[in-house]
Amino acid sequence: MNTITILALLLILMAVAYQVGWRRSLGVAGGRSGVRKLHSLPGYYGLYTALLCGMPALLVLGLWVAFQSSIITDLVVADLPAKLHQLPPEQMGLLINDITNLAQGNITSGEINPEMQRAAEHYRSLQQTATAALAVVVISLAIGGILLGWRLISPRLRARNRVEQIVRWLLIASSLVAILTTLGIVLSVLFESIRFFRIIPVTDFLFGLGWSPQMAIRADQVGSSGAFGVIPLFAGTLLISLIALLVAVPIGLMSAIYLSEYAGSRMRALAKPVLEILAGIPTVVYGFFAALTVAPFIRASGESLGLQVSSESALAAGLVMGIMIIPFVSSLSDDVINAVPQAMRDASYGIGATRSETITRIIIPAALPGIVGGVLLAASRAIGETMIVVMAAGLTANLTANPLESVTTVTVQIVTLLVGDQEFDSPKTLAAFALGLTLFVVTLIMNVIALHVVRKYREQYE
Amino acid sequence: MNDSAGKTVDLVKAGLHRRHRRERRFRLLGLGAIVIGLSLVGMLFTDIVSKGYTGFFQTGIRLQIDFDPQRLDPEGNRDPAVLSAADYAGLVKQALRTAFPDVKSRRDKRALYRIISSGAALELRAMVLSDPGLIGTSRPVWLTADDDIDMLVKGHVDRTLPETSRRVKDKVIGWLERLEREGAVTTRFNPPFFTHGDSREPEQAGIGGAVMGSLYTILVTFLLSFPLAVATAVYLEEYAPVNRWSDLIEVNINNLAAVPSIVFGLLGLAVFINFFSLPRSAPLVGGLVLTLMTLPTIIIASRAALKSVPPSIREAALGVGASKLQTITHHVLPLAMPGMLTGTIIGMAQALGESAPLLMIGMVAFIVDVPQGVLDPATVLPVQVYLWADSPERAFVERTSAAIMVLLAFLTTMNLLAVILRRRFERRW
Amino acid sequence: MNTTVDAAAVIGAAPVAEARNEEAETVNPAVYEFTGTVGDITAAQPRMTARNVDVWYGDKQAIFDVGLDIGQNEIIAMIGPSGCGKSTFLRCLNRMNDTIDICRVSGEIRLGGEDIYDRRMDVVPLRAQVGMVFQKPNPFPKSIYDNIAYGPRIHGLVGSKSELDDLVESTLRKAGLWDEVKDRLEQPGTGLSGGQQQRLCIARAIAVSPEVILMDEPCSALDPIATARVEELMEELRENYTIAIVTHSMQQAARVSQRTAYFHLGRLIEVGNTDDIFTQPRHRLTEDYITGRFG
Repeated sequence: MNTITILALLLILMAVAYQVGWRRSLGVAGGRSGVRKLHSLPGYYGLYTALLCGMPALLVLGLWVAFQSSIITDLVVADLPAKLHQLPPEQMGLLINDITNLAQGNITSGEINPEMQRAAEHYRSLQQTATAALAVVVISLAIGGILLGWRLISPRLRARNRVEQIVRWLLIASSLVAILTTLGIVLSVLFESIRFFRIIPVTDFLFGLGWSPQMAIRADQVGSSGAFGVIPLFAGTLLISLIALLVAVPIGLMSAIYLSEYAGSRMRALAKPVLEILAGIPTVVYGFFAALTVAPFIRASGESLGLQVSSESALAAGLVMGIMIIPFVSSLSDDVINAVPQAMRDASYGIGATRSETITRIIIPAALPGIVGGVLLAASRAIGETMIVVMAAGLTANLTANPLESVTTVTVQIVTLLVGDQEFDSPKTLAAFALGLTLFVVTLIMNVIALHVVRKYREQYE
Repeated sequence: MNDSAGKTVDLVKAGLHRRHRRERRFRLLGLGAIVIGLSLVGMLFTDIVSKGYTGFFQTGIRLQIDFDPQRLDPEGNRDPAVLSAADYAGLVKQALRTAFPDVKSRRDKRALYRIISSGAALELRAMVLSDPGLIGTSRPVWLTADDDIDMLVKGHVDRTLPETSRRVKDKVIGWLERLEREGAVTTRFNPPFFTHGDSREPEQAGIGGAVMGSLYTILVTFLLSFPLAVATAVYLEEYAPVNRWSDLIEVNINNLAAVPSIVFGLLGLAVFINFFSLPRSAPLVGGLVLTLMTLPTIIIASRAALKSVPPSIREAALGVGASKLQTITHHVLPLAMPGMLTGTIIGMAQALGESAPLLMIGMVAFIVDVPQGVLDPATVLPVQVYLWADSPERAFVERTSAAIMVLLAFLTTMNLLAVILRRRFERRW
Repeated sequence: MNTTVDAAAVIGAAPVAEARNEEAETVNPAVYEFTGTVGDITAAQPRMTARNVDVWYGDKQAIFDVGLDIGQNEIIAMIGPSGCGKSTFLRCLNRMNDTIDICRVSGEIRLGGEDIYDRRMDVVPLRAQVGMVFQKPNPFPKSIYDNIAYGPRIHGLVGSKSELDDLVESTLRKAGLWDEVKDRLEQPGTGLSGGQQQRLCIARAIAVSPEVILMDEPCSALDPIATARVEELMEELRENYTIAIVTHSMQQAARVSQRTAYFHLGRLIEVGNTDDIFTQPRHRLTEDYITGRFG
């Protein structure tokens, strides 16, 4: 019996519980004619019973599923022969991986020895026991809930109030998910980052000028040193983001200005949604466009001018990222430009200013904080963008300001470090989390500032 | 009239020409920005479509196949186990040798065999298994051509290049031209592209597995994010007291909406995979990660929908003695539902196009089988695009573009649905 | 031009008839009937002359065949109930209605002999000659200095920084604001009180030395003391400028203007010397309005 079957069974039991509660309430009230004696409508007694039946069982089910495999793994490991306990942590991880794979009938990475076979057997039997136990516990909890409901129901039970109370708590619990997510992000990246900083000092990470995360597993391997300086990654990220902003800000801002100050209503109705299509295109499509169309084009045109252009030039990634954030800049600018009161325009036109004078001398300065906020949001979007750079930017860290050379970015490194097989304890993997933490902090600061600026700006004209 | 007034008009008129020229320039600049923006949209789509439309088609080669009983079923008892293990590749080779008797050397023969896809054997096996009566007959069969031949037929190989710098050699082109003269080469619509899983061979690769993976992932995302988002929005709009706590939740949601998607991938890797030991590459984990990622979008849209329900409706319900929960479930939620659904569809579209966080949780593996559930290893459509875009074979370029077209078609449909929903149920109070 | 005016007259006929019928049920039609503007629409020394002006917003006609002169160095007040078209007419005088897409104007408005709705007419110098002050004070979110300097700068009226300094000072003196703001010229204009803001806006308008200043209910957002200061200022400005003011306050019209025009439902009902209008109105509608029967 797997989890999904248990879940389905539980849902059926809850439906039964509803019926039971409903009938029971009518029973204690003395039939349909006695409904007035009840505190709440019969449906609420049904709901109350269903909640009693389902909630504790669901809670146990969730926790059990969440922790089952790690507990089983610990049990299996504890049961392994003593000589295997001496293994270094990375190899231990591999071994456990093999055992679970073996238990699930998947292909394993190494040869299978009898000890592993035995451990896998053990794993499988523990798993079966656990699932069976889970089914028993969950179903008895559910049935217990129904029985409790049966006993509790009386005409004076304030079923509606209780149900509403429970729903209220469920709503509060849902709204906690947002907080838990943030907490989860912070804790998970922070926890791994701290482990990383135990191996590599924070100062080396933040101020190091070299990045080559190839750390050898054995000490005698070539290039075993490894360098974890984040500066070249941020330099690359900033270079690409800067190119992107140089494309997106003029085009986005000027099209927002044109659409809100010059264009007729028909052109606005047509051009605005078409531009917004750009915001709905998946980033992987931009990555494809950058890698297969723009980069070769830039390379070919650069070479025809006699320039050395890398096939993974920062320019290609930056240009395409710029296209991606045009709609961000334009729709945010459009909002702030429209928030400038008409009275400002009237005053300016009333003195005899032309449209462009009104725009450049009155509207833009008045909307500037909002525009800056929008550009900051776009910049944070560019810094955190992953697919375009993974597909079109380079892999090797390169401290350069030349847009025709290849650079790498923070997000590219996170992906390269974490995609594929990995041992969770090597500095290489942990470095990805340290990069993630840096990325999270940088974008968070930019967003907080941007949202603050935009809000302040809105208040100014309210 | 005073003197200064006269002077003003003259001064203003003196500068007019220059100012109007500047005005025209500025206006042109704005128009230019729009034109550039619109043509970028056009370029992007033209590029994808022009590269990709041929990806829906596949070259086939007609060969006279001799379903030799000796080879397929020497015992003659039609045992399916024997039939499925038989040497179908040998049939293809035999047919090619018969069609080109003049090819003698080992090297040439190997080149000749390579014009038919290695998947052709599987096609023949499927034919025989579904109709064992074919054994013993000889008939013309359309077989899938190799990707290099496919590219040649579709005109993606420049035949004027010197032979050494081209993947398809002169001799092969000669064979193919003979087949073409006989009418044994054709390019047809390619249904397997929609049903097959991934493959290393472009001509056998399809988006079926990725589409199913996307479907499961989005299903999980929807089932989790919609109730959670609606509950959160209802709590924040209808119940939450205005205090630091609800402020904190609100600030949190706004900031989460702007966290880079890859960070959600790190969260998924650290929490769901390493801490809770959920399976890698599973749509379940992908759905969980995307739920957390899309929640802020849907919550913000749902709150806006709840806000747009006028307070008078709530007062009317409360006034006849409905409880708060009754007011919400009977009146407020039904009125806000179209707006919430619109926000949800937009959030789902966002999730459908997302790939970066899924790379972190291993949905980037090479998976041939079409997933059968939320715990099977799977990949999703955007990640499939990423994988194919990275492949060196020329034939994957058009497959990638074709997959992008399918992805964009899904996204367009979802966005249109959202627009229609909004138009249909838009209410002005 | 002429053909448009004729067509307009035909189109305009229907709503007028309706308006008349509605009123006919309650009052004596003979007295209320509109048979053309009462009084002399011309001025002794006209600065601006408007003839046969019709204005439409989309399909709706807002102004019907209005003709009026605005005389040199006078203050002319335009009064009438809300929605009577007085503000619309005022905004026609420096083509501020151009900023509204659906607005269409026909007829003839001349400034010093030039038709301002002529195709070759440029609104930029027109608006430099005919300035405008709005209902709500709308200083730019810039410093007081920059607010005043805006017009001279864009029109290129001054050559040097010191010239501009002098111009700002003399303008603020003319507007009676200098002593109040001379120590905080670099502070934002939005930080002033409502009355000061409106005088700043008047100063901003006179900084380019216009010939005519249009004021659209300039005191409606101000308290009585601030209103008194603005009215004083208008009286001072009359020596050098021509002022057309739209006001909803009859007292204000009586206090500041030499001539008064009464608008009703898009028509100019009566024009005359302010004293005459307020003491012996000749049209029933005017009389009803100034005696407070509607408004």
